[in-house]
Amino acid sequence: MSDPSTPSTSKIRIGWFSFSCCEDNTVIMTEVMNDHWQEWKKLFDFRHVRVLKSHNVLDELDIAFIEGAVASDTQAEKVREIRAKSKLVVAIGACAVVGMPSGQRNFFTEGQKKEIEFLVARFGALPKVLKLADVIKVDAEVGGCPIDPDKFLTAVNTLVKQFQQG
Amino acid sequence: MHTFDLNLEHITKVEGSAALELRVKNNKVEHVHFKITEHKRFFTEAIKGKPIAALPQLLARICGTCSNAHLLASIEACEHALGITPSEQTMLLRHLTIHGLIIRDHALHLYLFSMPDIFGKDAFLDFDENDPVEHQLLHDAFAIKKAGNELAMLVAGRSVHALHPTIGGFLHFPEKEGIAESLKKLEAIRPAVLRLVDVFKNAPFHFDRNTNFMALTTDKFRYLDGWIETSAGEKIPEEHYRDHVERIVLPYSQASAYKHNHDSYMVGSLARINLAKDRLHPRTKESLKDALALFPSTDIFHNNLAQAIEILHSIDDAMEILSTHTFTPEPIIKATPKAGVGIGVVEAPRGTLYHKVIIDDKGIVQEGEVIVPTGQNQVNIEEDIWRLTDELLAKDTPKETIAYEIEKLIRAYDPCMSCAAHFLKIDWY
Repeated sequence: MSDPSTPSTSKIRIGWFSFSCCEDNTVIMTEVMNDHWQEWKKLFDFRHVRVLKSHNVLDELDIAFIEGAVASDTQAEKVREIRAKSKLVVAIGACAVVGMPSGQRNFFTEGQKKEIEFLVARFGALPKVLKLADVIKVDAEVGGCPIDPDKFLTAVNTLVKQFQQG
Repeated sequence: MHTFDLNLEHITKVEGSAALELRVKNNKVEHVHFKITEHKRFFTEAIKGKPIAALPQLLARICGTCSNAHLLASIEACEHALGITPSEQTMLLRHLTIHGLIIRDHALHLYLFSMPDIFGKDAFLDFDENDPVEHQLLHDAFAIKKAGNELAMLVAGRSVHALHPTIGGFLHFPEKEGIAESLKKLEAIRPAVLRLVDVFKNAPFHFDRNTNFMALTTDKFRYLDGWIETSAGEKIPEEHYRDHVERIVLPYSQASAYKHNHDSYMVGSLARINLAKDRLHPRTKESLKDALALFPSTDIFHNNLAQAIEILHSIDDAMEILSTHTFTPEPIIKATPKAGVGIGVVEAPRGTLYHKVIIDDKGIVQEGEVIVPTGQNQVNIEEDIWRLTDELLAKDTPKETIAYEIEKLIRAYDPCMSCAAHFLKIDWY
């Protein structure tokens, strides 16, 4: 991984972000890494991947992978910031792509909603949990709960090719 | 005299994230709030009104990292509610499932989260391939993770949100070729795990403190059945857990914290090895005499070493199960729903995980409860951060160093904020 203060010009700058979800796709990404870490080490500048490193920088990203649904204004604001700083945004996993199962409270009965409303209010959550595309423009999606490792890898390779061909 | 007003945004290299608010005034810690701030996804509300058959797969989605532990805890709770006793083969397949999880999950934590601190690196991928030691560790890490992942896939179908384990049995059974392949790979990574144990046996970080330890144990070192054992010598039956695990509401945290006998306690690998190291697999004990001599231990950083030991144990126990059994298709055990309560307790990678379900006579879920390991460790973590910070302040340690030392300590606990939280930021005052 390169020094975070000096963006690498030759490597593809990657961000990996998790919002409201179980982070199953982060686990899958680290599993796909078992077979591809040497190649990824050469190809990618992991600029903002909290699961992998401490010094993360959110400046200019080539590809931002975002898992999880958006459950609060703070999260929505962060997602917009990532969008503004990324050439491509990929929604990763069911919670980002369709908002579920993180958004299950959207479908609660009135009685269930009453049970949880004090907690939703106390922690500043949105009245309705949103999928990523409800908040920002999404360029590509890899669905699934969790994502299928092969489909994820195909998506990554397609995006890498796009960048390599300019 | 230090009075800090410092904001450290995020703790990294942990499962998910949470927040820590630490107030230092006149060189003394005034308060520590380890905030678990993940936006609630309301699983225990969402299960109400659902048929019991839907429960395990839904509750696995509480956490991607620990999903197979949630799956197995929920299946056990559902089976207890329905009066189902799983077959011997089913239990063996479940033991293999959790062994796969332990190998993969501990390896992720030890190599990718904790090891960079020991080598003074920001990230594990920063390790130098031209340095013989670092080169070896890079290759070891991904080989161990892969072997654990593949064991889970062989037995349970997936390492995350597994498809094969279900209420009453398994939907698919491992085949001979896959078993032979897995045995080869598990044997092949043993030397790498011995190197891993050495790294954490010789690690320079230590933080000693007496606390209470608690784990689900049995006469074999397994993660799925037995009684709840404490370092005070108590042995509590699973179904009585609620009388011994006291819920504490922390208004600043989205998750619940817990005490036992009005005192903090610790769950996880350190607790398990402290309480049951004599019950580890004989081959593990033979290979790790020096490391095991360090236990029982009150050094929180030995949680890392205990995890490395558990990886070897899980490999050795999985190999014994795989090499001494054949697995044949069995029908799923079914039961007619009846009103009842079921409790499932398992040792997840990070410690004891409790699931409880109450169903009506049609098998519809009325209520449920899930108590995760990180919630149980929360009070212990706060108390440790408090003491660590006071000790560092007494040595006039710069605040940036204090922040880093706190991060290292938190990482040693291997907290899982997906189970309990999200967004860890430290607010200093």
